[in-house]
Formats: sequence, structure tokens, C-alpha cells
Amino acid sequence: MGIRFILMVNKQGQTRLAQYYEWLTLEERRALEGEIVRKCLARNEQQCSFVEHRNYKIVYRRYASLFFLVGVDNDENELAILEFIHLLVETMDRHFGNVCELDIMFHLEKAHFMLDEMVMNGSVVETSKANILSPIQLMEKAS
Amino acid sequence: MSGPSLMDSLFQRSLEDLIKGLRQQLIGEQAFISKSLEEIRKEIKSTDLSTKSTALLKLSYLSNLHFHDMSFAAFPALEVLSSPRFSHKKIAYQAISLSFHDSTPVLLLITNHLRKDLNSTNEFEVSLSLQCLSRIANVDLARDLTPEVFTLLSSNKLYVRKRAVAVVLRVFEKYPDSVRVCFKRLVENLENSDPQILSAVVGVFAELACKDPRSYLPLAPEFYKILVDSKNNWVSIKVLKIFSKLAPLEPRLAKRVVEPICDLMRNTGAKSLLFECIRTVVTSLCENESAVRLAVGKVREFLVDEDPNLKYLGLQALRIVAEKHLWAVSENKEVVIKSLSNADPNIKIESLRLVMAMVSEHNVSEISRVLVNYALKSDPVFCNEILGSILSTCSRNLYEIIVDFDWYVSLLGEMSRIPHCQMGDEIENQLIDVGLRVKDVRPELVRVARDLLIDPALLGNSFLHGVLSAAAWASGEYVEFSRNPLELVEALLQPRTNLLPPSIRAIYIQSAFKVLVFCLHTCFMRGKNIAPSASLDNMPAGVSASASYESFEDFSVENGADAAVVHDQTCASAPITKESIVNILNLVELALGPLLGSHDVEVQERARNLLGFVDLTKPGILNSSIQEKEDSEGKGVETSKIIKLMHDAFSKELGPVSSSAQGKVSLPDGLVLKENLGDLEMICGDIEPPSSNSFSFGSPYEEEKDGLSFSNLQIKEANEQSNESTSLLAEHRKRHGLYYLPSGKSEIISNDYPPANDPTLQGDINDNTDDLVKLTAESLVPKRKPNHGKPRPVVVKLDEVDEKPVARKQPESRDDSLSGAVRDILFGSEDIPPTSSQSNLSNSSKRKGKEKLHTDPHMESKESAVGDGNSSSRRRKDRSQGKERRHRSPRKKDDKERKDTGQKEKKKGSGRHKSRQRAEEPLKVPAQTPVIPDFLL
Repeated sequence: MGIRFILMVNKQGQTRLAQYYEWLTLEERRALEGEIVRKCLARNEQQCSFVEHRNYKIVYRRYASLFFLVGVDNDENELAILEFIHLLVETMDRHFGNVCELDIMFHLEKAHFMLDEMVMNGSVVETSKANILSPIQLMEKAS
Repeated sequence: MSGPSLMDSLFQRSLEDLIKGLRQQLIGEQAFISKSLEEIRKEIKSTDLSTKSTALLKLSYLSNLHFHDMSFAAFPALEVLSSPRFSHKKIAYQAISLSFHDSTPVLLLITNHLRKDLNSTNEFEVSLSLQCLSRIANVDLARDLTPEVFTLLSSNKLYVRKRAVAVVLRVFEKYPDSVRVCFKRLVENLENSDPQILSAVVGVFAELACKDPRSYLPLAPEFYKILVDSKNNWVSIKVLKIFSKLAPLEPRLAKRVVEPICDLMRNTGAKSLLFECIRTVVTSLCENESAVRLAVGKVREFLVDEDPNLKYLGLQALRIVAEKHLWAVSENKEVVIKSLSNADPNIKIESLRLVMAMVSEHNVSEISRVLVNYALKSDPVFCNEILGSILSTCSRNLYEIIVDFDWYVSLLGEMSRIPHCQMGDEIENQLIDVGLRVKDVRPELVRVARDLLIDPALLGNSFLHGVLSAAAWASGEYVEFSRNPLELVEALLQPRTNLLPPSIRAIYIQSAFKVLVFCLHTCFMRGKNIAPSASLDNMPAGVSASASYESFEDFSVENGADAAVVHDQTCASAPITKESIVNILNLVELALGPLLGSHDVEVQERARNLLGFVDLTKPGILNSSIQEKEDSEGKGVETSKIIKLMHDAFSKELGPVSSSAQGKVSLPDGLVLKENLGDLEMICGDIEPPSSNSFSFGSPYEEEKDGLSFSNLQIKEANEQSNESTSLLAEHRKRHGLYYLPSGKSEIISNDYPPANDPTLQGDINDNTDDLVKLTAESLVPKRKPNHGKPRPVVVKLDEVDEKPVARKQPESRDDSLSGAVRDILFGSEDIPPTSSQSNLSNSSKRKGKEKLHTDPHMESKESAVGDGNSSSRRRKDRSQGKERRHRSPRKKDDKERKDTGQKEKKKGSGRHKSRQRAEEPLKVPAQTPVIPDFLL
């Protein structure tokens, strides 16, 4: 299953996007997000981007005020996930133009679509920005 | 209804309004949300689909980010899904993906919607429903929609095909039978040259191979091609993951892939790919020395890099290498040790694990010294991390790396004095465990225990109470090694003990009891021996010691002489005089008086016992001290009798008892156990932990002791009657005076104890192994051999206990039903000849399965729709030939420099072809050797 979940959390610890690739109840999600956010946001720039939590490995990266956190299986490649996060941010940047927290807040469903284009069943299926964005742009035109 | 609905839609808040509203609420966010939820509940009932969908959109938002339940909207979501408008569908699909799960009641109703959209001509609708299927598919959905997914697997729209490939994983997982239908198409997609498809399909195979690698060995050539040709790092990483699973299964494959992987490692600029190569080499190709060398070189680059991420991963990789190539760690020792003081706790812990991996019997004391010093300086969390790993490493496999137990016991004492130490419970266990197992360490143990007990400061630290209770117990149990028993009594009764919890206080009091009895006994024995000849004060201490010693009937002869020497010195250093005894008795009365009214039953009971004893003996002692010179045969004799009695009671050594000992007690006649309590077994089976510590210690040790020794006696009797073979054991037991529970007949492993006349064992005993070094050297011999003489008789028992969980585990891993089913089907449908692990029998059953597949009318129609021939073998040939054609043509154009590899591959291709052909007739040649072979060689 590779990627288990993807979270975007701001500096205050508020979740801005949550995508899970396995079913968790709302309570489990709330608890998990709370724990992870507390763990990751307490870390500083000099520390590495990987945190072990329960049976997940969390790979995270901070862009401006947003933290991107990806929960993966233990044998997933951490560096590849970092690259994935970067790709995600670049894609959003290309789409929104200078993406910021507000863009994601107000266009949550679009952010979800982008993720859906990139990840299916917890594994990365698409890594080309153009391929990710073209269906979204088409859909936008259509509706 | 239409009126309010119109109003609703006119004045409905959009999602944007909702978000803006939320942003404006600084305090009353919850109130705002519940108000919005109320609106949504109303709006979602609207007949107008736009209103409904907007409500659904808002609800998804609140559910996703604010954890609000949206299960009530399951049916409305389906209604929106049926809307002809794409924008509504989109919202509905998103809501369904977010909120549906296996137990959603309306899940059954969605099948037709999905099917309709899967057959849609609009590729986005198809994609949406595939996406949704990948999130919510359960068994029914997977089964019902398999035909649609199968069709889409060869869709000519790349966009759709890619997603169909990705969704297959979920479908397989939920409904393994779909493998029969879809697997071939999936494999065909593996040959696809389009990078999008390739990355999706490789992702699927990486996941599949993770669960059950052996089934995918036959696809190795395809994976190999991708590995060599791939330009996409993502794909390469996935393929490497597959190979890291496959390579350990097939050594020839490992040899084959090592070269390309090393090339990748040398040439790639991407750190992620490099890391994956390293990981593949160190996990799966660790037999190849040169590859490992190369990988370790790259790891070193990671280690010295400034980037904490690379450092962390480097350490992790090193830990994997360490299992088989310890040199890799030693080479990078300095970096590792330096990382112990890194700013990042994660890196610190990684390097700590590595340091612990380096520990061996030669350097354990050196490394522990370094680490303990580190622990003193570091923050509480990491300090305990260090202590914990020292403790677990040293106690591994019954302390196999510990040679010098005296050192280890004093290390335990030292560790408990570290200010941040919170590992009290573990230290407690180990102190007792070592005390029980290793006789020769007891003098040192008592010394360490004394140092701990005598320090009033330690009593204030609640984390240390466990350690103190162990110290108290040890000093009471092995008091004969004490230099100054009277000092111990004082320590055990010092005023600050009121800081202890009652359970531990009870242990303190009981230990004080034992020590006191020992003192009195020593004193009295001496009095008896010397009375006729000499005065009390200047009698030689040695005599008293050895005299007291003879009464230790449970002590082995070999040890006796040795210990007596120790004893000589100890008693000489602190002579016990009548005056001091009287003082101590007064102290006991003073300290325990208030405890008679204690609310804790245990404490009160123990205090009463001890005071009662003092009351009994004190008059006699006072008497004899006054009329010392006169021959007073009155109370003195009675007192000495009492003391002797008590002393005998305590001097029985507490032997280690296996935690499963109770199970070996044979059932007495007439006692019906199962009738009423049979049901409990289920419950108890769950509760009983496979504890690493095989002995059960209750907190009130003395009670335990009494109970155990009593039951031991019973067992002894029972077994002597019932079990002849235990007579050998009994003999052995007599020799060594320890308590064993002989294994009952019901036990499967009956050789859990070495017979007394085992030649090697006899040799050991005769060798007189009191020498500590020798002892521990022996203990380093693989534990399975019953090589222990007296020092650690229990080790053998532990073995049996240790093995149990393993035995329990194995069947569990074997019948992993899901992957087994998948594999079965994979083999059936791919028609791969049996590997060595498979019997002909299972092969024939698989054939049957395949025949069933072909007679299935539903399947038949599918196949004819695809336009394949009706004979399965012909079809397969067609496919493999077609595949080769497809492959060669692009390659010819591709490049000439790779001519030689191309030739190789051609050879390989034909090899594969051959093997496929062979594979088609496994019935003719039933005893075929494993086949995967030819592919890559």
C-alpha cells in the first residue's frame, strides 16, 4: 500500500487537507492527526524529516506556513516520498500560481483531484506535472 | 416543498461562504459549524440536485477537516451521483470516496452507478468511478465489477487504462478470483512502452510482490528489462523493490541483477534511487561482497553528509548491513559514535541502535562504560533510551555476552543511580534473575544491594523502588555473603523506608527478618561451639562461619569450600556481638512498633511476624548474655531451637521455576479440573504472556517462596511415584539441592533437562566450575546444548519456554490465507510450472482449477470477446510471440551500442519461450525440476 495517508497542516496545527488510503474512523483520524502534528511540528530545521509513529513512518516537509506530512509503510523509500511532496507542491504552484494556504483552503476539492491524479491505491501513478494538470484543466473548462 | 426549496437554493451558503464564515470565527467556531451542519441537514433533503450537491460539498469539507460524521449523507450522495451533470457527479464521487467504507449500508446500491460510469464514453467519468472503486471496493463490488475493469485494462485511452491498472490491486485484494480474469492483461501492460502505464503497472506488481514474492518469480525477465531500460526513477525504485523481494528466493537471479544495480548505484544522480539501490543490496544481495562494499561506500557518503535526512538514512542502512557485515559498522565507528550527540533525537536513537549492534562479549564493558557516561550527560528521554538498550542487549539470550557477572551487577547498580534513570523495573528483574541464575555473582550482588540500600537518598526516587525491592530481596536471600549483616538490618529499617509503597516495604521487613535470623543463628552457633573452650569476644570468626555454613544443606559441595573462604573474611570484618544483637533487637522493636497498626495487610503481617520472633527470642538472648559464663540450660536452649528452626526455614534456597511449571504438575486422582474450569482456558490462554522473563515473581517474594517450595515437594512426591525417569533427576537434585520441576509426560519436548549421567555434563560438574570465567565461557556455547552444570541449570528450561512462541508463530505465518489464495490462483492462471516447493498433487489440483476457468461460460464469453483462440495453449503461444515481436522492433531502432545485450536478451527471450512451452505440459513430465531458472542465465 505504500502511502497510507497525506496530510497538509498549517503552523497552528490545523488540518488543511487529509487524504487517507485506508479506512479509519473519524475518532482514529482525529487521534492520529493530533499525535502526528504534535510530534512533527515540534521538530526544527536541523532535524531530519522522518519520524516513526506507531507502525507508520511519517515523511514531512515544510513549505512556508504549511507542513506536508505523508504516512508511509516501513519499506517505502523516504527520499522518494520527499520528492513526491516536492512534486505535489510544484504542481499546485503551477496550477494556482504561487500557491499558498488559502488556495488549498478554498480549493480543497481541486487539491484532492490533483492528489487523485498522482496517487491511486496508495502508490504513485503519475509524476508528470502536465499529465496531472491536464484533466483538471479540462474538467474546469467543461463545468 | 417547492417554495422553501427555491428559497433554500437562492439563499444557500456556498462552500466558499462556509469557509469565509469559518475564518471569521475566532472563538465560536464550534457553534458556527453546528449551525452550518443544521443547514446542511436541511439542504441535503432538498429535491434540487444543485442544492443537494452544494450541501454535500460543504459536508465533505467539514468531515474532512473538522471530523464531523457524514454517514447520514450516504444516501443523498448516491442521489447526487445519479445526476447527469458532471459537476454534481464529481462532488458525489468525492464525498463517497471520503466517507464510504465496508460497512456502509448503501454500498450495495452503488454497484450499478459505478458500472454505468465505467462504461461511459466520457473518460473523466470513467476515471472518477475507477478512482472511487479503488477507495471503496469491497468483496461484492470487486466481484461484480471485475468484467468492467478487465475491459478497461486494454482501453485505448491511456488515461483510463492507467487508472484501471492501478485499481486492479484493490480488486485483487478484495476478490482474489479476479486474478484469473485480469492477470494476463495486467502482465501485457507490463510490456507497454508508455511510461504512464508502466509506472502504474510496476506499482501494482511491487505491491503484489511484497505480499507473496515467490509467485512473481516467472516474471523476472520482464522486470529485468524494465530495470535495465527504465529512465524514470520512480519506476526504477519500484522495480528495485520487486527485486529485493525476488532475489533472496533465487540465487541465480540475484547474481544476474547485481551488475545493473551496481551500475545504477555508480551512475545515478538521484539520491532516492541511490538509496533504493543501497537498500536493495544490503537487504537482498548481501552475499555479493563487492556490491556490499560499493553500497557501504555510498552509505558512508550519506553518513558524512550535512543533510540530516541522509545521515539518518545512512545510519538506517548501516543497521541493516550490520546484521551480516559487522565490519561495515566498525569502519564507520567514529561517525556513528559522533551521531550519538546529534541535535536530532531520531538520529541519536538510530546511532544508539547501531552501537548496540556492535556489542560483543569482548567490548561489552567498554561500550557500556561509554554509553553510561553518555547517559549521565544526556536528556532524560535519551538517557533512558540508552539504559534500556544496554539492559536489553546485555540480557539477550540469557546474558550470553556477559562474561564478568560481577561487573554486570555493579553496572546495574551504577545505572540505577543515574539521576534520570526510569528503568527501575527492568533493573529489578535483572538483579533477581542474575542472582537466581548465577551463583558465583551472589557475593557481589549482596555488596551492590547493600550499597543501594544504605543510601537514604535513593529512597526518595520512586523510579528506583523496584531496584530497591530487588536489593532488599537479594540481601535477605543471600545474607550469608554479607560483610556486615547488622548494617543491613539497620539499612532495611531506616526511617526513610516510610517513603516506599507498602508492597516493597513488606519485602524490606521480610528481608530484615531473614537477616536478623541469620545474625542470631551465627551468634548462637558460635556460642554453642565455643562455650566450653573460649570466651565469646575473642573467638575465631572462621569457625562460626563454617559452622553456620554446614547447615546450608542446599548448597552444593563444590561451592561450599569456596564460599566458606569468602565467609571467613566477611565475618572477620564485622564480628557479631551480643551487644550489637541486643541493639538490633531494640531497633527492630522501635522501627516496627508503629507498623503494627498499618493499613496495609502485607506490611502489618510481616511486621507482626518479625516482632513476634523478636519477642520469642529476646528474653533468651538477654538471659544468656547475662549468665554467659554459667551453664544456663534453661531458656537459652529453647531460644536457640527457635532460631535454628527459623534459620532452617529460610536457608532453603529459592530455585528458579519455569513460568509454565504449573502445567507440568500431574493431576491427582479424583480432582476434576476441566469440568468447570475448562472454559477459562480460552481466556487464560490469551492473558498468559509469552514473557521474556520465564520466572514468576510475585511482589511478596516470601509468600511465593513458601508456596513454591511446598508445591515443589508435592511434585517431587507425585513424580517419584508416577515417573520412573525422574529418579535420575532426583539424584541430580540431591546433588545440587536446587528445586526443579521435572517435565511431565504430557510435555512434547521431554528432553528439556539433561539427564544426570550425561557424560559431558558429568564432566562439567567434575571439573569443578566455580571459576567465573569458565562458567561464563560455557554459557556462551549455543544455549541449545545442555552444557550447564550447576551454575545455570534453568537455562535448559528456558529454552523450552523460549521456543514455544516461535512454534506458535510458524503455523500462523504459513496459513496467511489471502496471499496463499492469490498465489494459488496466480499459479493456476499463469500456468507456471511448479517450483520446487510445490508438489505434483497441488499442481494437478491447479490444473483442475484452470479447467474450471475455461468451462465457465461467463469467462468463455469474455475470452471470445477478446478474440483469442479457444485453446489456452495456443493463445499463450500467440501472446508470447507477439510480445517478442513488440519488443524487438523498438529495440532495433533504439540503439546499436547495446547490441550485445540485445543479443543476450534475445537468447533470454527464447529461453523464456522454451520454458513457457515446457510449462504447458506439466502433466506429461510430472517430476519436472524447478523452472524459473532458465530465464536469466
